[in-house]
Amino acid sequence: MSALTVTGLCKAFGGLHVTTDVNLNVEPGERRLIIGPNGAGKTTLFNLITGELTPDSGSVQLFGRELTTVPSRRRAHLGMARTYQIITLFARDTIVRNVTLALLGLSKVRWNPLIVIDRQTELIDRAHAALKLVGLAQIAERPLSQTSYGERRRVEIAMALAQQPKVLLLDEPYAGLSIDERRDVQETIRAIPRDVTIVMIEHNMDVALDFAERITLLHFGKIIVEGTRAEVVADPRTREVYLGH
Amino acid sequence: MKPELNGRNVALAMAFAALVSLPFWVSGTYYINVSSQILFYAIFALGLNVLVGYGGLVSLGHAGLFGIAAYATGYFLQAGFPHSAAILLALVVGIASTAVFAFLALRATGIGFIMITLALGQIIWGLAYRWISLTGGDNGITLHGRPAPFGLDLGSASAFYYTTFIIFLIAVVACAILAGSPFGAAIKGTRDQPRRMNALGYHVWAIRFWACLLSGLLTCVAGILFVYYNQFISPQTAALTASAEVLLMVIAGGPATLLGPIVGAALVVIVKNVVSGYIERWNFLLGAIFVAIVILMPEGLVPGTVRLWRGGLRAFRRRRGIVLAQSAEPKP
Repeated sequence: MSALTVTGLCKAFGGLHVTTDVNLNVEPGERRLIIGPNGAGKTTLFNLITGELTPDSGSVQLFGRELTTVPSRRRAHLGMARTYQIITLFARDTIVRNVTLALLGLSKVRWNPLIVIDRQTELIDRAHAALKLVGLAQIAERPLSQTSYGERRRVEIAMALAQQPKVLLLDEPYAGLSIDERRDVQETIRAIPRDVTIVMIEHNMDVALDFAERITLLHFGKIIVEGTRAEVVADPRTREVYLGH
Repeated sequence: MKPELNGRNVALAMAFAALVSLPFWVSGTYYINVSSQILFYAIFALGLNVLVGYGGLVSLGHAGLFGIAAYATGYFLQAGFPHSAAILLALVVGIASTAVFAFLALRATGIGFIMITLALGQIIWGLAYRWISLTGGDNGITLHGRPAPFGLDLGSASAFYYTTFIIFLIAVVACAILAGSPFGAAIKGTRDQPRRMNALGYHVWAIRFWACLLSGLLTCVAGILFVYYNQFISPQTAALTASAEVLLMVIAGGPATLLGPIVGAALVVIVKNVVSGYIERWNFLLGAIFVAIVILMPEGLVPGTVRLWRGGLRAFRRRRGIVLAQSAEPKP
């Protein structure tokens, strides 16, 4: 069974067709890269998969389970986690509180107004464990406002990983990073265990190539090429829409 | 866990002691009554703070809810219900109205939310004014006496003060617990990053709805205390100016803090009741104070004072450090 199946997905904003008949099949444990120039509809595709946007037609399945009618907040409970291209974190809180909020999102405790969040040691320990995975354990108590851009990226990834997703959607995790920061994030992503299926968006092909097993090339909302890394890189259409500018 | 002996806790303990002993050192029933007013307006402001401070949803219709609870108490007493039943029914009516309020207003956030709450508040004011068979119109509803729970007559100023004080303490503790709880964190999360909260698996709408209900509960409690305090209720109570006043209490004191709304309530009530005896244009003074707060401490009185105090302390230490360093230098 595929981890993530997208069939005939379409979305238009007025006359602008941002997603046209997109079909995807991502196997469990796979590392999939979705590339395409700016405005190709990559983030829209993510928003359709996570349910933040409602598709005009088509369906999304997570391990065979139909998600079309499932609201986006429920999809997190079913094992889907994402990061945002524009960093979306809780700036007033500490790093570990950010990750604790991610864990709380899947816990029934989130409705409880009577207990003390700082005494939820089990949750907080798990948050620290997730921060260890991304190499931020030492600065876990630091306020988010005192962290660098690269560290925030890793906090985003830690929040997604803390939820122990089956499918992880990474939206341009390298955007805006320095070379050193990029290497840190690259190592973080490489260290993610194989029981997590990863789909990553990147418009800069070079930085993400070695990560990908299969690549999907998106252009004007359509899939142009799909195949293994070597196939897609060698394909003349890739050069035409993407590399040949 | 042993409470730490730091400046904050000492100040809180002193404030507590001052409030407990207030009827003994304050001269005259007038000032005891003013203190009661401060306390129930503080409960009102704490209620609004749940929504404005923690939830990031600014309401300009809360005086409507406050008024509904007050009117309901008066109406049920007039209809012949005993005090306990009238209070309970007023709470039920108030919270049910809050639910309707929240259901209608939560279709939007930001300016949209403000405008919907404003409109709903005005509707309630209009009903209070025109639905004369229910509310008495401009004449309002007059209550006949305060309750006497367990044979304790609340007619006297200090008895009423202590009752209000106990309810105030419960409200403060409840707000403190909420602010440190997972649900409190969830409310603040929906204020800062609603989209992210949704992606993390939180039901943003439901969290906001419950925040509205909690806010409404405190507002209704304050409204019931208000109507028993004045033993009279008129449409003025539910007017837009009353909503704006309590919002100013929260914003002036410091939203999303526990002490801010209390300090804000004290400020407004004192200027309104005490200072107005000396200055005819007290509204002008209140306005000037708000302008000063906005310019000097845009984050509110309580966080602003803490910031200035810490800054002053740091400057003092630095200065002393320089003096010490200078005196340590070998003299020529």
